[in-house]
Amino acid sequence: MENTVIELAYALDTFYFLVMGAFVMWMAAGFAMLEAGMVRSKSTVEILTKNIALYSIASVMYMIMGYNIMYSGTDSSWWPFAIDILTNADNTAEEVIASGGDTYYSGLSDFFFQVVFVATAMSIVSGAVAERMKLWSFLVFAVVMCGFIYPVQGFWKWGGGFLDAAGFSDFAGSGVVHLCGATAALAGVILLGARKGRYTADGKVVAMPGCNMPLATLGTFILWLGWFGFNGGSELIISNVAEANAVSLVFVNTNAAAAGGVIAALITAKLMFGKADLSMALNGALAGLVSITAEPLAPTPLLATLIGAIGGIIVVFSIVTMDKFKLDDPVGAISVHGVCGVWGLIAVILSGGSSIGAQLYGAVVIFAWTFIVSMIFWAIIKMIIGLRVSEEAELEGIDLAECGMEAYPEFVGK
Amino acid sequence: MKLITAIIKPFKLDDVREALSEIGVAGITATEVKGFGRQKGHTELYRGAEYVVDFLPKIKLEIAIDDGLQQGVIDAITQAANTGKIGDGKIFVSDLSEVIRIRTGESGAEAL
Repeated sequence: MENTVIELAYALDTFYFLVMGAFVMWMAAGFAMLEAGMVRSKSTVEILTKNIALYSIASVMYMIMGYNIMYSGTDSSWWPFAIDILTNADNTAEEVIASGGDTYYSGLSDFFFQVVFVATAMSIVSGAVAERMKLWSFLVFAVVMCGFIYPVQGFWKWGGGFLDAAGFSDFAGSGVVHLCGATAALAGVILLGARKGRYTADGKVVAMPGCNMPLATLGTFILWLGWFGFNGGSELIISNVAEANAVSLVFVNTNAAAAGGVIAALITAKLMFGKADLSMALNGALAGLVSITAEPLAPTPLLATLIGAIGGIIVVFSIVTMDKFKLDDPVGAISVHGVCGVWGLIAVILSGGSSIGAQLYGAVVIFAWTFIVSMIFWAIIKMIIGLRVSEEAELEGIDLAECGMEAYPEFVGK
Repeated sequence: MKLITAIIKPFKLDDVREALSEIGVAGITATEVKGFGRQKGHTELYRGAEYVVDFLPKIKLEIAIDDGLQQGVIDAITQAANTGKIGDGKIFVSDLSEVIRIRTGESGAEAL
């Protein structure tokens, strides 16, 4: 009887883990739709191509080397290299029973849950460099990011490296996933430059409205849904009363933070711009979600709402400030995932977890590692194949230049 | 005979049509157009950045009438299309030298 319970718990936790992972996989659809809606119609096909290709590259690179870097179990806390390709081996029933329940989910379900996270980090980059970066330059970077840059800093925290030992706390990845992705994006945007005509010679910002607000809204809702897997799955176990309650609280807090983010961003945009800017409300939802991701388990739902709301205010100011520095980010990814990612890490201390020192230490380490290494690889790619499409291709539309097709061919008069 | 050309706000089209029908105007041609006047379009904000909408959508009405209806038509349009706000549009009056009804070949005021 006892053994049957252990096996059932293992099956239940694995099932929960896989479903949560599938939710996170669905976030790839959310990013794709959000980005497709926020770019101009002439850049839609290319951004969609980037999104489905980066997801696939992430899946393969993480299988070949990323997963083993991140969870290598080496003795070093800095240098985690122990490359061996993932196999189909998994826990046997005897091993699970012998562990007495300490081994509570399938090894491959763990891989699946982790691989969709690296895809999320990489998705963040695609929106920020949209409309002007060469498709293949981006995909080459995706190989490096998913196979190396992300897994190394992931190892430092989740693989039991020195950040974990320093008391740095990051439940589901405000830092490890979101700050990391946004930092790689920032390095890319700095080397890439703004879209042609985005900033005038006298420093004015030229609006380039997104082509499809319904798609952007759908994408945001999909991301919101996927986040229940992102945070809810990060509890890793659900098969007893305490853990089932914990997962429920994570769901409630995740939802509350997103709602707080929307309301705060919408009001902030209304006060700043005079009208209710939908795109800011959408960014507000994601800002709230990123803000609660570092600690969705400890706060009360009301505190979670406030943490999300502060993220929603921060994101509006951040997006406006980014433009002052001429850092062109069509979808606001760096503000949503980077700036609010840091806020999320700091917000952990509001519910008594970690210390401000450990949180800032983690943020600085993740930022410094990702920024420097990304900058090096972006620069190498720039030297060898270039980062930007030609000016003519950009004006005509990156869709035609890179993919040879248009998103809405019947609506474009030629 | 006169040709009245009026530029109005699109949402006022039904009101203007009714007002003109009431005073006995027999035909109106309406076209969706875009343009700007003294305000030179207007600005909107997207994510905090201004952008100019150069050409605003308007409706252009063309109405051919006998000379006697001129003041009535002008009054009807002026009242029905008026919101008191910028962008209500304009009315142009021009002489019309000839009108021919294609089906019957009638011409002049008969053809109106």
